[in-house]
Amino acid sequence: MRLFDTELKELREGIMAMAGVAEEMIELTIQALAEPSPAKAEQVNHLDRKMDEWELRLDQQCIDLLALRNPAASDLRRIASSLKIIPELERIGDHCCNIARRVGMVHPPILAGNDLERLGTETRSMVRRAVDAFVSNDAALAHAVILSDDSVDALYGKLYRDLLRSMLADPLCIERASHLILVIKNWERIADQATNIAEEVLFILEGRNAKHPYLRGDSVE
Amino acid sequence: MLIPTVPETKPIKLSVRNMAFSYGQKKVLDGLSMDIHAERVTAIIGPSGCGKSTFLKCFNRIHEVSSAVNVSGDMKIDGVDIYRGGIDEVDLRRRVGMVFQKPNPFPKSIYENVAFGPRLFGVSDRTTLDGLVEDALRKAALWDEVKDRLKESATGMSGGQQQRLCIARALAVNPEVLLMDEPCSALDPIATAKIEDLITELKESLTIVIVTHNMQQAARVSDYTAFFWLGKLVEMDLTERIFTTPRVQMTEDYITGRFG
Repeated sequence: MRLFDTELKELREGIMAMAGVAEEMIELTIQALAEPSPAKAEQVNHLDRKMDEWELRLDQQCIDLLALRNPAASDLRRIASSLKIIPELERIGDHCCNIARRVGMVHPPILAGNDLERLGTETRSMVRRAVDAFVSNDAALAHAVILSDDSVDALYGKLYRDLLRSMLADPLCIERASHLILVIKNWERIADQATNIAEEVLFILEGRNAKHPYLRGDSVE
Repeated sequence: MLIPTVPETKPIKLSVRNMAFSYGQKKVLDGLSMDIHAERVTAIIGPSGCGKSTFLKCFNRIHEVSSAVNVSGDMKIDGVDIYRGGIDEVDLRRRVGMVFQKPNPFPKSIYENVAFGPRLFGVSDRTTLDGLVEDALRKAALWDEVKDRLKESATGMSGGQQQRLCIARALAVNPEVLLMDEPCSALDPIATAKIEDLITELKESLTIVIVTHNMQQAARVSDYTAFFWLGKLVEMDLTERIFTTPRVQMTEDYITGRFG
């Protein structure tokens, strides 16, 4: 294997490791919210430092590869997209921290049913599948992730309206509900980050920019 | 063979259709077709021995000087066949200039190197020659460096200056096309950068075809890139497409260094 191929493999493995930490943070955040568990929320915060360290390290790896290897074609696309995927993963960590720091402020529960938990698990699934698409070079999976974003957006909209109704019905829950609105907004943003990662995967694999389809006259799926 | 699918506003200067070339029994180029547009830089890339330089030489028939060759198919300049259109070879070489890998100034003064072509074509008036020499040296971005020593020998110049002098010599007869066969391979990075800047300036009024082994150079200076392999054109497209999203796996393998 050429040295450059080894370096590309190292970059890919680094991104996989960083994505692994992001998935662990999401899992802990879901559990911290459901139980509720301040200890798990603290673990989320602790892991964020790891994410920041990964970001600096992998950014530098990408810059070094661009400067020293003059990549072209699919190599260039993979490195350029990695430079965009890395901050997406880092932002996922930040959003998890934003949710985790509200764990103690959203109990007792306001909403009946499991929609809030479902928002977390659907978002987790999107991130997992986006990372899987990157790891296994699976364009169909990346495309499916992009389509999933609508379902998370719809669930977010429903929860937002439910929380507004709760606040109107019971002003005593306004503070908890306000925190919950921020919680669901952060989940929705994580799903957007998963979508962005999936779009980068399509760029790596197919060389086409999947962002903003309306600008190309494509129907917005 | 894949050719560009994007619309081009500049007219076709050189067109090649089903062209083949052989030295005696040895076929070097086969089934080549492409259009080269005016005021664009077209880079030819490919491994050693793929026929890039031979292809370049076919445009001004300079290979005929030394070898028994056979060219079939069509090669046209402004729609007139280069081989069968009744074009005078000497006039063709004035219209289609060439710069080689190694700078090859004549062992004469800087002035005489540039004045050589115009003299050959009958210019003898000193004032006219002075003007042509200055103009060519300015176009080759060399005037300021040599204006005070035009009578000095060209062989005393640096390699980069010698190569720009060769470009000036080609420009002095007012060519329409400039063929460049690895023009920077013997130059350091600073001299290379000067030649590359010059190529970008010259394409305002010239059609340039450059053969290069330096893929980054092709990426930096050219509008179109054609990839040759074993005497055939594998893919030709806008340079930015070749270097980001080539359509043929063989092109991808070559430009990413995974060839063979």
